[in-house]
Amino acid sequence: MNTNQHDDVIEVTGLRRVYGGGGRDFEAVRGVTFSVGRGEIFALLGTNGAGKTSTVELIEGLAPPAGGRVRVLGHDPYTGRAAVRPRIGVMLQEGGFPSELTVAETARMWAGCTSGSRPAGEVLDRVALGHRSGVRVKQLSGGEKRRLDLALALLGDPEVLFLDEPTTGLDVEGRRSTWELVRELRDAGTTVLLTTHYLEEAEELADRLAILHEGRVAALGTPAEVTASQPSHVSFELPDGYLPGDLPPLPGLGVSGHETTGRRIRLRTGELQRTATALLVWAERARVELRGLDVRPASLEEAFLRISRDAAARDGDENAATTTGPAADTRPARTRGTAA
Amino acid sequence: MSGTTVTTGAGPARTTAAGRTRALAHAELTLLGRTRATLAAAVFVPLVMPLTLRSAVSSMDLKGTGLTVGSVLLPSAIGFALLFAVYGSLVSVYAARREELVLKRLRTGEARDLEILAGAALPSVAIGLAQCVVLTIACRAALGTGLPERPELVALGLLSALVTWPALAAVTASFSRSVEGAQVAAAPLTLVSMVGSGTFVPLQMLPDGVAPFCELLPLTPVITLVRGGWSGHLSAHDTVGALVTAVAWTVIAVFAVRRWFRWEPRR
Repeated sequence: MNTNQHDDVIEVTGLRRVYGGGGRDFEAVRGVTFSVGRGEIFALLGTNGAGKTSTVELIEGLAPPAGGRVRVLGHDPYTGRAAVRPRIGVMLQEGGFPSELTVAETARMWAGCTSGSRPAGEVLDRVALGHRSGVRVKQLSGGEKRRLDLALALLGDPEVLFLDEPTTGLDVEGRRSTWELVRELRDAGTTVLLTTHYLEEAEELADRLAILHEGRVAALGTPAEVTASQPSHVSFELPDGYLPGDLPPLPGLGVSGHETTGRRIRLRTGELQRTATALLVWAERARVELRGLDVRPASLEEAFLRISRDAAARDGDENAATTTGPAADTRPARTRGTAA
Repeated sequence: MSGTTVTTGAGPARTTAAGRTRALAHAELTLLGRTRATLAAAVFVPLVMPLTLRSAVSSMDLKGTGLTVGSVLLPSAIGFALLFAVYGSLVSVYAARREELVLKRLRTGEARDLEILAGAALPSVAIGLAQCVVLTIACRAALGTGLPERPELVALGLLSALVTWPALAAVTASFSRSVEGAQVAAAPLTLVSMVGSGTFVPLQMLPDGVAPFCELLPLTPVITLVRGGWSGHLSAHDTVGALVTAVAWTVIAVFAVRRWFRWEPRR
């Protein structure tokens, strides 16, 4: 058995997963490659059906991959489950606790199946469920069930924690305290692989992230890196009597494209400060007011939407000879590779 | 078993298969106590059924079959215990745990598949065994049934049944989408076993053409071994036949679980 000498706790290379059924196979994961270092929070983002859960299940060792390679703590998580399982904690997308057991009974059951389990009460306190330990699971709110799930994933002080949409169903406060807890765990050296469809969550938590689209990695890097490749936007209402053509020449402002909706114009730019400054100077000189002025740096959300749209457009290009209209307009300035 | 011990020294204590299974069985026992309908069916049906059968058995013409009222009734009662306390209740248990995603969640942990299935089955199996003991004592007290002539046959019959019937329950649960559906799915095998496996009526009393088919049913070898073990009137040929059938069903049931058992709800 090799112990991992290097810092990558999770290594995924060319991972593939195929669901068979009635002769029509569906390839949910199509060559995913990434790695997660020790003590890192890594987020997997993606639209529904992007392959997030399918990927995570392979890394958790719930199924063997159809192709490629997974290593968790230096072991194959499927064939080497006896070595891996005691060192990981898993929180699935949906609970999975007998509804008639109490919180404490559920924790006791899990403790009996978890090596080096902490006292259940301590872990329940950590997710603010200690006062609910005598309550049946069926009487818990959705948020409380998520916290119970998290508590059980933490029972054995795992080195690697898998969180599949950990804050779905939580209120704002619950979400913040979960984030806080995840950060504490990371600071204590826990490696966290997280899937989420809340982009804010990824932005807040993730040290690095991958955006999955249709089973492939569409973008990979720190939130700042993924966002930086995306354009910023300036939008405002055209002053009365003005047409887009009356504005200063847009390429000269660093604008790479624009779209209009009614009187509203939206400029896309890779140089936000230059574009905004030039526009405001122009408005000052022309003595016009730019009503509803909105200056917006690229956000992860924008990056995410664009990447899935671009990927869809690329798919369209592959299938159809010509693409016109908005789809053509939103084609990326440069295509991001599936960095490894 | 130091499965849940907290250690602060070198390396955490690893759980053991026995410790994990015990933790799961403990939770399952708690759940069984809270599922009144399942509990009632599991506990009372096998204990009450023999009483309702007694008058019918008393009026049977047992001359020439080598059987007594006791040696007809007791194996029947044990058959009911297997069908209701073990099979019927476990079909519901497996379906319920699957639909609640408990099985899926458990599979992410250290417990292995067999431990998860066994942990869920243990309380029902224990209830079934306890009923067999209670029924034996009751029959001895009420009907003067003696001790088994060949206890090893009784033990073999029960042992194979306690593997086969939980496995059959797991497979049956896989052919349903809900707990209610699971109970419906359990009905055919329960009914066929009651009629065709010598539970209500000894096979010796069935028409000639039907018996060979009935001998191949999964409960038949169990009843045959228990009944034969008690009366001591089982030929070597019939003993081997029953043992082979019992083992065959165990193998089939275990294979079927590995092949068809569903760990997650169908979506």
